[in-house]
Amino acid sequence: MTALHRLTVAETRLFLRDPVSVIFGVLFPTALLLGLGAIPALREPADEFGGVSFVEAWAPAALALGLGIIALQQIPVAMATYRERGVLRRMSTTPVHPGAMLASQLLVALGAAVVAGLLVVLSAWAVLGVPLPQQPLLFAAVFVVGFGALLAVGTLIAAVAATLRLATGLATLAYVVAMFAGGVFLPQFLLPDALVRLSAYVPPGVPTLLDTWSGAPAAAGGLPVMLQVAIMAVLAVAVGGAAAKLFRWE
Amino acid sequence: MDIIEVTHLHKTYGTTTAVDDVSFTVGAGEIFGILGPNGAGKTTTVECLTGLRTPDRGELRVLGLDPRRDRGELRQRVGVQLQESRLPDRQTVAEAMELYRSFYRRPADGEQLLEMLGLADKRHTQYRKLSGGQKQRLAIALALVGSPAVAVLDELTTGLDPQARRDTWDLVEHVRDSGVTIVLVTHFMDEAERLCDRIALVDSGRVVALDTPAGLVAQVGTQQRVHFRPSAPVADALLTDLPEVADVQHHGPRVVVTGTGDLLQAVTSALARHHVVAHDLRVEQTSLDDAFVTLTGRRSA
Repeated sequence: MTALHRLTVAETRLFLRDPVSVIFGVLFPTALLLGLGAIPALREPADEFGGVSFVEAWAPAALALGLGIIALQQIPVAMATYRERGVLRRMSTTPVHPGAMLASQLLVALGAAVVAGLLVVLSAWAVLGVPLPQQPLLFAAVFVVGFGALLAVGTLIAAVAATLRLATGLATLAYVVAMFAGGVFLPQFLLPDALVRLSAYVPPGVPTLLDTWSGAPAAAGGLPVMLQVAIMAVLAVAVGGAAAKLFRWE
Repeated sequence: MDIIEVTHLHKTYGTTTAVDDVSFTVGAGEIFGILGPNGAGKTTTVECLTGLRTPDRGELRVLGLDPRRDRGELRQRVGVQLQESRLPDRQTVAEAMELYRSFYRRPADGEQLLEMLGLADKRHTQYRKLSGGQKQRLAIALALVGSPAVAVLDELTTGLDPQARRDTWDLVEHVRDSGVTIVLVTHFMDEAERLCDRIALVDSGRVVALDTPAGLVAQVGTQQRVHFRPSAPVADALLTDLPEVADVQHHGPRVVVTGTGDLLQAVTSALARHHVVAHDLRVEQTSLDDAFVTLTGRRSA
C-alpha cells in the first residue's frame, strides 16, 4: 500500500508538471464551454434547442471531449512511453510490480477527470446558469462508468501498440472516432437519429450524461438510463479485461 | 563463499540460441565481469539471474535463492541497473530516490547515497535535465537503494565521456569496498581489465574463457611488441638473430619487433652496438584486447 500510495503521489506530481496534460485534460472542456457561452444567443433557451439553451444541451459533450483527451490520448501515450523508455522494465527489477505504476496512473487519470468534470459542472452553473445535475448520484455513476469505459479503450491501445508511434496514432484515431460516434461535435438534437442511437453505446455515453444532468427529453435515444449505464459497465469490464490480458511490460 | 552459482544455463528465443550452456560462480565481495561482444548473450544471462527471464534449462542460485521461485525475496536483495531503462522525464532525483526507497524492506539512506554518487546538488533536478553521467550515477544509486547484497550493472559506461567513465569506475570500486558483490556486464576491455577480479568471456552464448584479467592475457601468450623508428637503416638479421625476437616487420619508416622475454633490453642493446638510435620507442604488452580477439576470433568494440 505504501508503494502504491507513493507511486500515486509521484504520478500526480508528474501529471501536474506537464502543462499540456493539465491544459487539455483538465481546463480545456471548461474553456470551450465558457467560450461558447460568451455568445449570448447560445445562452438563451430556445425551442429549436429542445427548450433549453445550447450550452446546457452541449455541456456533457464538452465534458466528453476532455475525458476523451485524458483516457484516449494521455493514458495510452503515457503507458507506451513508460514501456518504450524502460520505466516499467526498471520497475520490474524491484519488489514492486510495474502494474502498481499503471494502477497509479489510472488513479491519477480518474482524479484529473473528476476535477475536469467538477470544473465543467460548476462553471456552467455559476457562469452560464446551467442547472446543476438533476440526479447527482446517478450523474456521478454515469460519469465514472463512462470514463472507465474510455480508460479501458485507452489501456487496450497501450496494451496492443508495440511502439510509441503506433500508440499515438491509434490513440488519435480512437479519439476522433469516439468523439464523432459519441456525438459530441453537435448537440444531441441536431444529430441524425442513427448517430444519437449509436452514441448511447460509445463511451463515455454523452446522451446518458445529458439525461442525468438536465433531464432533457430528446437526449436519451430511447434507452432507459440504467441500461445505458449497464452498456458502459460491460464495455469497461470487457475491454479492460482484454487490455489486462494483452498487456506487455516490455 | 559463492554468492551466485550458474550451472548449464540455456535460453533460446524462437530459433535463436541466446545462451548455450553457461556456467560460472561468483564469490562474495567480487567484481565479476561478463565480457563479450554485442549479442553474445550477456544481458540474457543476467536477466535470468535477476528473475526477469525464465531460462529453458540450467540451475541458478543467487544468495541461496532460486530466481524463478523466490523472485520477491531476490528483488529485495539484488539491485539491478539495466541498459536502456530510464525514468520519467519530469521526475526529480530526490523524488525517484524516495519512490524507490519505498519499494524495499530495508532501504538505504537516500541522502548518503546521493552524496556518495555526487548527486547531492542535483536532488531537485528533473531527470530530463541530467547529463548522461548523472543519469548513469542515478541508475547506480537506485540499484543500491534497497541495500542489496548483490548489484548487477549492465553496460554501465556506454555513452559516457572518458572522465565520466573513470568517475563511474571509481564509484563501482567504492561500492564493492562497502561490501556489495558486483556483476558487471560490459563489452569494453579497458573497463573489464580495470575493475574485474575475474571475467567470464562470453561469445555466441558460451563461456569461452573464465579467469582473472591477467590470467586471460597469459592464456594467449606473453608476447610483446617493440615499435621504433631507427636513425639509420637496420638489417633484419641484426634483430632476428636475437633469441628473444620472433618476428620483424616494417611499416614505412617504423620497425615492429615481436618477441618474448626481455625483448626491449635485447633490441635496444643490439641497436646501440651498431650505433643506431631508436626514436619514438614504444613497448606494447599483450592486452586483454589481444586476448579477446584470440579467444573469440573477433574484433572488439
